[in-house]
Amino acid sequence: MNALADAVPKFDIPTIEYAALAPILIVLGAAVVSVLVEALLPQRYRRSTQLVIVFAALVGAFVAVVAARGTQQIVAMGSVAIDGPTLFMQGSILVLAAIAALVMAERKVDPAGDSFAPRASALPGSEDEQVFTRLGWLQTEVWPLFLFCVGGMLLFPASTDLLTMFVALEVLSLPLYVMVGLARRRRLLSQEASLKYFVLGAFSSAFFLYGTALLYGYAGTVSLSGIADALTNSAGDTGLVLAGVGLLAVGLLFKIGAAPFHQWTPDVYQGAPTSITGFMAACTKVAAFGALFRVLYVALGGIRWDWRPMMYVIAALTMIVGTLFALTQTDIKRMLAYSSIAQAGFMLVGVVALSSQGLQGTLVYLVAYGIATVGAFAIVTLVRDSTGEATHLSQWAGLGKRSPVVAAAFALFLLAFAGIPLTSGFTGKFAVFTAGIQGGATPIVVIGVVASAVAAFFYVRVIVLMFFNEPQAEGGPSVVIPSAFTTLAITVAVALTVVIGVLPQLVFTLVSQAGTFVR
Amino acid sequence: MNPANYIYLSAVLFSLGAFGVLVRRNAIVVFMCVELMLNASNLAFVSFARIHGNLDGQVIAFFVMVVAAAEVVVGLAIIMTIFRTRRSASVDEANLLKY
Repeated sequence: MNALADAVPKFDIPTIEYAALAPILIVLGAAVVSVLVEALLPQRYRRSTQLVIVFAALVGAFVAVVAARGTQQIVAMGSVAIDGPTLFMQGSILVLAAIAALVMAERKVDPAGDSFAPRASALPGSEDEQVFTRLGWLQTEVWPLFLFCVGGMLLFPASTDLLTMFVALEVLSLPLYVMVGLARRRRLLSQEASLKYFVLGAFSSAFFLYGTALLYGYAGTVSLSGIADALTNSAGDTGLVLAGVGLLAVGLLFKIGAAPFHQWTPDVYQGAPTSITGFMAACTKVAAFGALFRVLYVALGGIRWDWRPMMYVIAALTMIVGTLFALTQTDIKRMLAYSSIAQAGFMLVGVVALSSQGLQGTLVYLVAYGIATVGAFAIVTLVRDSTGEATHLSQWAGLGKRSPVVAAAFALFLLAFAGIPLTSGFTGKFAVFTAGIQGGATPIVVIGVVASAVAAFFYVRVIVLMFFNEPQAEGGPSVVIPSAFTTLAITVAVALTVVIGVLPQLVFTLVSQAGTFVR
Repeated sequence: MNPANYIYLSAVLFSLGAFGVLVRRNAIVVFMCVELMLNASNLAFVSFARIHGNLDGQVIAFFVMVVAAAEVVVGLAIIMTIFRTRRSASVDEANLLKY
């Protein structure tokens, strides 16, 4: 007996630091409870219960993030890093997700119910669908999906090994693929967007995985610090590293929506239910930039001169492609999608700066961009005609004359995207461009400044259209008065956009306290 | 046999999968090609584990299988939905969203 016990290698019981992991655990735990609610509770109690669970989880996780401030440690047996930048990103993901959840919870804007198909399985236009709509059934399965997605987003920027990162990537992506296909109106477009997002997303995560395999082959480990050590000792085959980094970057840049991996963005942003578009545009970007930063700065800092030219080209290409294509758009959601590509390019300037200023600048930019994005898409849900949302730009003409408040809020978000002073966008752009010049990336910053000037044109064009053009004749779209949910979401987004623009030191203090990545 | 040959095999399988995703039209076949890419990664992980003499790669392969299974569930559901709506699983016919 004893001989057998000696022969078996000793198994160390893993230690899990529950306090540091609390934000992730709260959200994922709430997601499991939320699935049970779907299974066990009668139809009529589900929506209110789900909303309580979702907001309790988001607030609880945010409190846990605040409570964990100042933590700088690697937890869960070296798989998850809880450090300043991670906590800052987790906090911003939770705030943005809460604002987006308010928009998703809206039930008054669409006369038929909320913005999700009553039953996604019913064929579009079928008798079943009409029956479900007439009965006033609501889709509540979107809430567990939402919570799983947020849980994946919280883990993604925190993962310190590529396996955890891959699992987090899938946990955040798989629910998103489904949520994109759940629109109540224009269901064909929504399903098509879902298919495209799924096929391309699975394709890109396969690249991420093969890149991980090659880096494992090089370093013999998938932990980021282990890869960094192997690079410092320059052991193994450099060809494996370069191929691995390239493939890994494809997976991450796809999620960010950087050119040339941006093709899915306009289609998916246009086809998805608008509240989901706002959520994914804001939160996915924060999470994916967090992961990109951690991979590039922690694991691949040793070969920065090899990947920096590649990121130069991608940053420049993303800014140029996003800006030029946005100029020609006639659909407001598509225009915002191309604008989000251009914004990703501006944020990549902070990545190529290769400094902690670059990291901090991008963090500020992500928050500024995220808030304006959720707010802008929330307003898109309000402008409707009899068939649903009126997204064609011509339908927005003269909106400022009929609904000055909503048009003014939208104009504020557009000015924030354009980076006009006294809005949050200026704070973000200033931070990344300064970091870029200090980091010696001046040519990219010049391209960025020119691209922002061109981008200002199409943002201002919409403002001119809303305030100085005559409204369409009878039968044009109108702004629906929303319930407290969307009103609160837009109010918070407007307030934060102005506050970060007028008092940038608040958020700068936060990010400078966040410090750098723990290794 | 030299374990490096399995790495070359996995690279070939991965490239075949990527090529298939780009040229095939049926969403199911495209999806099978993605699965081929994931399994090529698994082969690479296991072969590298053998080369390095540690178990990490073999454990990772299990994680990848679980993730791939979850992806199948979501993917087939989406393809089923669009097939029922359009009576076609061709990725070329899903062309309402463009430019």
